[in-house]
Amino acid sequence: MNILRLLLKNPLSLMGLILLLTFTFVAVAAPWLAPPLRGGAESWIALPIFDVKPFQMPQQEIVKPFEKPRGRDVFETTPQPPSENHWLGTTEEYYDIYYGMVWGARSAFQLGVIIVAITLLMGVIVGSVAGFFGGWIDEILMRIVEIFLVFPQLIAIFVLSVILGRGMDNVMIAFITFGWTTYARYIRGEVLRVKENNYVEAAKASGASNFHMIFKHVLPNAIFPIIVVASLDIGNVVLGATALSFLGLIPEGLADWGQLIGVSRNWLLGTAGNPFEYWYTIFYPGLAISLFVLSWNLLGDAVRDVFDPRLRASRR
Amino acid sequence: MLAYIGRRLMFLPVILLGATLILFLMVQQLDPYQRLALYINDPSQLKGGKAQLDRLLDKHGLNDPWFIQYGRWVGKLAGGNLGWSETAKDTVVEGFKSRFPATAELALFAFLPVIVFAIWLGVLSAVNHNKFIDQLTRMVTILGYSLPTFVLGLALLLIFYGLARQSLPPLFEGWFSPGRMSTWAQHIVNGSDFQRFTGMTTVDAALNGQWRIVWDALGHLILPVITLSYGSWASMLRVMRSSMLDTLRQDYVTTARAKGLSERVVINKHARRNALIPIATATGFLVVGLLTGVVITETIFNYPGLGSWLVQASTQLDVAAVLGLLTFVTALYIVVNLMVDIVYVLIDPRIRLT
Repeated sequence: MNILRLLLKNPLSLMGLILLLTFTFVAVAAPWLAPPLRGGAESWIALPIFDVKPFQMPQQEIVKPFEKPRGRDVFETTPQPPSENHWLGTTEEYYDIYYGMVWGARSAFQLGVIIVAITLLMGVIVGSVAGFFGGWIDEILMRIVEIFLVFPQLIAIFVLSVILGRGMDNVMIAFITFGWTTYARYIRGEVLRVKENNYVEAAKASGASNFHMIFKHVLPNAIFPIIVVASLDIGNVVLGATALSFLGLIPEGLADWGQLIGVSRNWLLGTAGNPFEYWYTIFYPGLAISLFVLSWNLLGDAVRDVFDPRLRASRR
Repeated sequence: MLAYIGRRLMFLPVILLGATLILFLMVQQLDPYQRLALYINDPSQLKGGKAQLDRLLDKHGLNDPWFIQYGRWVGKLAGGNLGWSETAKDTVVEGFKSRFPATAELALFAFLPVIVFAIWLGVLSAVNHNKFIDQLTRMVTILGYSLPTFVLGLALLLIFYGLARQSLPPLFEGWFSPGRMSTWAQHIVNGSDFQRFTGMTTVDAALNGQWRIVWDALGHLILPVITLSYGSWASMLRVMRSSMLDTLRQDYVTTARAKGLSERVVINKHARRNALIPIATATGFLVVGLLTGVVITETIFNYPGLGSWLVQASTQLDVAAVLGLLTFVTALYIVVNLMVDIVYVLIDPRIRLT
C-alpha cells in the first residue's frame, strides 16, 4: 500500500480522495438522503438500467432531505428559490435541485464505472488477442482499431447517441463503441512486452494452452498499469457524459447534473433587473460536476507522478 | 521521406472509406420512417397514409440494402454532392460553406493564444519546479480540465453578459452578447456594399474598412474563445511542462550549465527548443480539441457555425448534414495527423520515417 501512503501525503491528492469519498457516500446513501417517491430503491445496488424510477426527479410541493416527497404534483415553469421545502430550490418544471444533485451523484458513478469497466474489458480482450497471437489476427484487429481512432471521439459519441435515441443506456453504448480502441492499443503493447519474458516461454514449453497462458501468465503481468489509468478515466468519461446530457440526450427529468444545467439554461440570465435571480439553478449542479471531475483529476495527477519514478526522485 | 508521405496519402482514401462506412452504418440504425421525416415538409404529403409513405421510401431509396445506399452516397460524394440539408434549408455543401468561416474564425482566435500561453507558462513552471508559480499553474490547469465547457461558458455568460454589460462604458456597446455580431452590423454585412473575402467577420470588416464591425465582432468572439480554449490550453500547458522538466534533466543541459552559460541561454537556446517537440503532436490534439469544443461552445453562445449546426442537424435527424459534417471532420483529423507526423521529422532529425 505504498501508493496509498504517497497519495495521502500529498495535500492535493488527499483533497481529491476526500472529495471522492464524499461523492461516494452521497451516491451510496442516496435512497436515505433523498428517499424516492416511488419504490424501487430498497436495495442499495438498484441497477438503473432496469429501474429508473428512483432517478426520476420528483415534482412535488415538498421535497425535504431524509423525507419522501409529498404534496401535490406541481408544474411551475419558473424556477423557485431555495426554501424550507426545497433546500436548493427548484428548476424548470419544478424539478427539485437537491434531489437531482443527490441522485445525480449516483448516476455519475454508474455512468462512469459501467462505461469504463466495459470499455476496459473489451480493450483487454481485443488487445490481448491481437498482441498474443500476432500475425494476421493482429493485423486485422489493429486496422479496425485504427479506423475507430480516426474519429474525433466526442463528436462521434454525440452523433451515435443521438441516433440510438435518448437514454442513459444509449449514451453508455455510444461511449463504449468509440472508447474501447484506446485501451485495446495500450493492452496490446503491454502484452507484446510481457510475451517476451522467459516464463511465458517456459509455460509454452510445458504445454500450457493459449487460454491458460493469456489469463495466467501474460495478462496478470500486463494489466495493472492500465487498470489504474482506466479507473482515473472515470472523471473524463463523466465529463463527456454530462456534456451529452446537457445537450438533452437523456430522458427528461432523470437525475443527472448535466441535465439539471441543461433544463436551467433558459433561466441563466434571470430577469432584467436582477441577472442573478436564478443563480441556484446553475450554480449547484455546476459545482457538483466540477468538483467530481476535479477529484478524479487531482488523484490522477498524483498517481501519474507516483508512476513516473524520475519525477519522484526529484521531489525528495 | 517523400515515399513515406506518398504511401500515407495513398492509404488515406482507404481509411476514409472505412471511416465513412462506419458512419454510414451508424446512421442506418435509424428507422427508415424516421429518416423519411426529413423529406416531408408539407402535411398534404401525409394524406395517402402509410402507402404513400412507403412510396416515398422507395422514391428516396431508403429501403434499399445498406451497401447500395452507401454506394450511392459515395458516388454522390465523389461528385461533390452531399445532398439536401433540411436544417440549413440549402444543400449540405452550401450550408457548410456559409458556416465554416464562422467556426474557422473562432478556432483561429483560440489557437494562437493557447499555444503561446501554454509554451510560456509551461516553461516558466518547469523552470520553477515545485515552487509557487509551478503549484499555481498546476492548480489552474487541473481546474482547467475539470471545469466542463458548458459550465464555464454559462458562468462567463452570466457574469459578463448578465452582470457586467449593464455597467460597461458606451465604447463596449454590444459586447459579450451571444451570436456573431450585433443586429446593426448584420445589416451592413448582408448589404450589397459589403464585400466578402474570407467569410470571417473580423477579417472582412477590416478589409472593408468597417472598424466598428471589427470591434463589435471581437466583442462577440471573446467569451466563446475563452470558453473554447481554456480546456485545450490546460492540457497543452501540461504537455509543455512535463516535456520541459524532462529536457532540463538531460545531460546536455548540465553540460551547457557546466560550460558557464547563463541560465537564460541554457533555457532559451538549449532546453526549450528540444522541449517543443511534443508540442507538435499536441497541436494535432489541439485542433481536434477545438473542433470538438465548438459543438458545445457554439451551442451555448448561439454562434452560427459548424458546431451548432451539428447539434441542430443531429437532434432533428438531418442525416445528410450529419454525414457530411462527420466526413469533413474525420478527413480533417486524418490530414492534421499526417501533417503532425511530417512536422515531427522536420523538427527532429533523430526521427526517421520509413
